[in-house]
Amino acid sequence: MSTTKKYPIGMHPALPPPSGSVGPVRWMRDNLFSSVSNTVLTVMGLYLIYIIVPPFVEWAFIDSVVLGADSRKECLKIMGDDRGACWSFVYKRWGQFVYGFYPVEERWRVNLAFLLVAATVAVVLVERLRANKALMIGALLLPVICFFLITGGLFGLVDIPTNKMGGILLTMIVGLTGIFVSLPISIMLALSRISKLPIFSILATIFIEFIRGVPLITLLFIASTLLSYFLPPGSNFDLLLRVLIMVTLFSAAYIAEVIRGGLAAIPVGQYEAADALGLSYWQSMRLIILPQALKISIPGIVGSFIGLFKDTTLVVIIGLLDPLGIGMAAISTTEWSGLGTELYVFIGMFFFIFCFSMSRYSLHLEKKLHTGH
Amino acid sequence: MANNNEKSAIILAGMHKWYGDFHVLRDINLEVKKGEIIVVCGPSGSGKSTMIRCINRLEEHQRGQIFVDGIELTNDIKKIDEVRREVGMCFQHFNLFPHLTIMENCTLAPIWVRGIPKKEAEETAMHFLEKVKIPDQAFKYPGQLSGGQQQRVAIARSLCMKPRTILFDEPTSALDPEMIKEVLDVMIELAEEGMTMICVTHEMGFARKVADRVLFMDAGQIVEENTPAEFFDHPQNERTQLFLSQILH
Repeated sequence: MSTTKKYPIGMHPALPPPSGSVGPVRWMRDNLFSSVSNTVLTVMGLYLIYIIVPPFVEWAFIDSVVLGADSRKECLKIMGDDRGACWSFVYKRWGQFVYGFYPVEERWRVNLAFLLVAATVAVVLVERLRANKALMIGALLLPVICFFLITGGLFGLVDIPTNKMGGILLTMIVGLTGIFVSLPISIMLALSRISKLPIFSILATIFIEFIRGVPLITLLFIASTLLSYFLPPGSNFDLLLRVLIMVTLFSAAYIAEVIRGGLAAIPVGQYEAADALGLSYWQSMRLIILPQALKISIPGIVGSFIGLFKDTTLVVIIGLLDPLGIGMAAISTTEWSGLGTELYVFIGMFFFIFCFSMSRYSLHLEKKLHTGH
Repeated sequence: MANNNEKSAIILAGMHKWYGDFHVLRDINLEVKKGEIIVVCGPSGSGKSTMIRCINRLEEHQRGQIFVDGIELTNDIKKIDEVRREVGMCFQHFNLFPHLTIMENCTLAPIWVRGIPKKEAEETAMHFLEKVKIPDQAFKYPGQLSGGQQQRVAIARSLCMKPRTILFDEPTSALDPEMIKEVLDVMIELAEEGMTMICVTHEMGFARKVADRVLFMDAGQIVEENTPAEFFDHPQNERTQLFLSQILH
């Protein structure tokens, strides 16, 4: 017996799906409990979440001491025992975490610079703002203003030496400069490497393979010590600037290879169509090839950016104090010693927020640029 | 040679090409008059595509001469660009730019290569999209169109550069049978309007209807060259006869 109605051929209307084939219950059955082994894994997963998450929340948020305490001892006194986290050192040393040793009365300059950079990032990332040419040019000028704001020496601003810069300020300087400067360099490197002119491809290949063959730490040591041997005696080449150059070149070499992969994925027909229309090399690269190659490379490029951002913590090794360095200095004092867990959780959250945002933005960008081919 | 240049759209004179050691094109001589429709056929690997790709320098020839509108193709990039501006090309796989809308595909070269203002370029593009009967698709992306529609966009994209000659490299070979006709109809219309065309195709119905001459190529040489009527009904060369018996069933 058939309960479905018969329709004449070609007249069958679109019917709603049978009940139970969509909805949350169906989703759980398909994704969490589809077989015995999946059910076991789901239960184990839930149990793991149960034994990890609630105790962490209690430790970090419920039983913890955030303000008030002036040392770990006071923290313990307030809690009665050590069941909660002692965040007081983050609060007490907040200034150092953000600004390093930047003079307190000049910190407004850093705050202003943070605001300007946030504005730049917003304009560069949000499509509607990016479409406005005047805004875009303005946004690209802001980092220059930030440079003078932070280093000073112009418009009556006090000159601040770079060894005073630390904490989040340092992470931002190294991370953002690395990201924004390495992208154009890496595009030029990738184009050179696939160039038909041997001089370009050989030089680019040597450069990329050299940089990729050496750990970043080695490059940073070269920047901090070796480089002074090659420079003329008496020349004062700022350490932070040297670090910036090394970090930028390092990330440019990696991103260049990611972009080369994207370029290799573009069908040869695209180059031919661009040629056949009479576009010049630079026009076809800028208008046809790179937009597509970069789109394919977004996950890899953002992956490199995330790596670069996290690698900024390596500057600790050559004596620059990023948030991790500031924190390690803090917990080696008598007041705050023994707060390693709190420090690493705090630094971990700081990096996680930035890296996770980058990763989400890259997903959003991929979806937006998908044109259905 | 110089006298012929006035009337000839394209001249290939004693042209040879090698891929490494492989001699792909052997002594090609061809003169295409302005407004002439040439159909090139032949078995795969015979050098048909390579020959027309030499005409806009997607491939480089190593011996002989190529003149397009009186301009000789050499290593001179300026000359190459000049030729490419005047010669349109449609590919087997369309090669539309997937990251740009249909409208942007059609206006890109006029704006950047010819320096035409955007608004004017868009008007021209709309005119040619209407001509290939897909103005309603102008703001979609190529990935959202059928193969036949994409190929018609590719034709419109070429037309927007107002070329004097269009090269077709197997424009219907990648299409479903249902879509071949819509592309051929556009090509027939162009032919009737006096466009100079060189078409590598196996659409013999198209060749009979609009071609002024049909060329048969084999092993890198032009084996036979005749009017469509003579070519199909009285093929001279044995190789041509065999080829025609195979594709005409």
